[in-house]
Amino acid sequence: MEIPRHWRLKKQRYGLVGEVCPHCDHKIFPPRDVCPNCGDEAKEQYAFSGKGEVYSYTTVYEAPAGYEANAPYTVAIVKLDEGPMLTAQLTDVDNSAVEIGMPVEMVTRKMRNDGDERGLIVYGYKFRPQNFVPTT
Amino acid sequence: MTEVIIAGIGQTEVGEHWEIGLRDLALDAIQDALKDAGGLKPQALFVGNMLAPNLSNQAHLGALIADYAGLTGIEAVTVEAAGASGGAALRQAYLAVKSGMVDAALVVGVEKFTDKVGAEVDEALATASDSDFEAVQGMTPASQAALLMKRYMHENNVPSNGFAGFALTAHANGAANKNAMFRKAIKPEIYAKAEMVSDPLNMFDIAPNADGAAALLLTRRDLLPRDYKNPLVKIAGSAASSDTLALHDRKDLLYFDAAQISAGKAMKQAGVILDQIDLFEYHDVFSIYAALQLEAIGFAIKGKGWELAANGDIGLKGRIPCATMGGMKARGFAGGAAGVYQVVEAASQLRSEAGANQIAGAKIALAQSLGGPASTALSHIIQSLD
Repeated sequence: MEIPRHWRLKKQRYGLVGEVCPHCDHKIFPPRDVCPNCGDEAKEQYAFSGKGEVYSYTTVYEAPAGYEANAPYTVAIVKLDEGPMLTAQLTDVDNSAVEIGMPVEMVTRKMRNDGDERGLIVYGYKFRPQNFVPTT
Repeated sequence: MTEVIIAGIGQTEVGEHWEIGLRDLALDAIQDALKDAGGLKPQALFVGNMLAPNLSNQAHLGALIADYAGLTGIEAVTVEAAGASGGAALRQAYLAVKSGMVDAALVVGVEKFTDKVGAEVDEALATASDSDFEAVQGMTPASQAALLMKRYMHENNVPSNGFAGFALTAHANGAANKNAMFRKAIKPEIYAKAEMVSDPLNMFDIAPNADGAAALLLTRRDLLPRDYKNPLVKIAGSAASSDTLALHDRKDLLYFDAAQISAGKAMKQAGVILDQIDLFEYHDVFSIYAALQLEAIGFAIKGKGWELAANGDIGLKGRIPCATMGGMKARGFAGGAAGVYQVVEAASQLRSEAGANQIAGAKIALAQSLGGPASTALSHIIQSLD
């Protein structure tokens, strides 16, 4: 159970809220308060559009504890349109159909659960193809 | 100038030691190193360990191991830097001796992987990445290496078997190492047919996690026993560097900055240039890491590190022999011990004690130990004085 650790990251997990540097306009995700571009303080919040493209990806068959129920799943490094990269699972996509450069968008999904029915369920961002059409 | 000598080396066989616990593994390697050092008594112990609090519910290894080794009372602490823990512990011992504050310092790298198995080990390994923004996504070090390898192959047009040379070299060299986990050479067909773990990373691109311990005793040259019998080997350069913890925060994900910086500093301190390095013990926990290290240090240009393996340049008779006793791939990856094994093996090469794997006339070795995707990099130049 790590409730405080996940709770305090809710803006990032649910809203993709990072920072923008007031000195050089560099967009920052995850937030880090010190701009990696110019080194000045950067605490101004900035909500990302959630659009980006796949920089690289792979499919995980042997999942770590807490993620077995989801395996196999594809994890990617996504380059956001505003510049920064992040690590995220892909969802709503056939694992074999993923390609480098594929346009993706953020959605909110269940990330992991701690096992028993009283365990913590962690929600957060995943990414799906931008051309995703839900099947009904 | 103070010369820091590697007076004693010791190691256990790497493998799945179900019957041997963490403290006994460490003790084996320590006794081996102290015996080799000819009676020198350490005043400090630096333990390199990565995951004991996770895998064995055991922290506070400094006191535990010093006590268990009959060294109760000496200074003893753990040094942790993920996969670079062994290299980092060695550097602390080196600094202690080099500064003159400690006469003889013992380093032991130890890892006990098999106290847990499967998904729990993967979860433990993932704690070395950014827990809030990488591990939470179900990313593991192996899957991270896989997507790094995929991007590398995409940008550099690497054929599907392009990385085979790393595993072939490691297994060929491991065959004659009695402490290696795997002592059998493999054929290219075996690599080509290997089970995919995380595309494009197959099981031969990943070093096996295994139990093991390795130890070094460092002292100043003027403190060596009169009847000291081993050929003299010194640490000529030692350096460390760090990079972003999270891979996604790098400007260039396919360049290991910390590997370049720490190797460059260690070589500068030693007054050594690339052409003088006779062997390189790299951190081949994943074959893509080995390729990126060869490029960062300058043995290959960017995007061409894999070709050194494909061309046989890293073989025992090649331009720059690597993983000379099997590397992490064949000797086995013993976590916080990995960086210490590298230096034990490099020292045995420089003492001309490497048997069938001996690099003729080897005088200078580079060992580089990485934590994560070179989020930490430790580099040591080891040099023969005979």
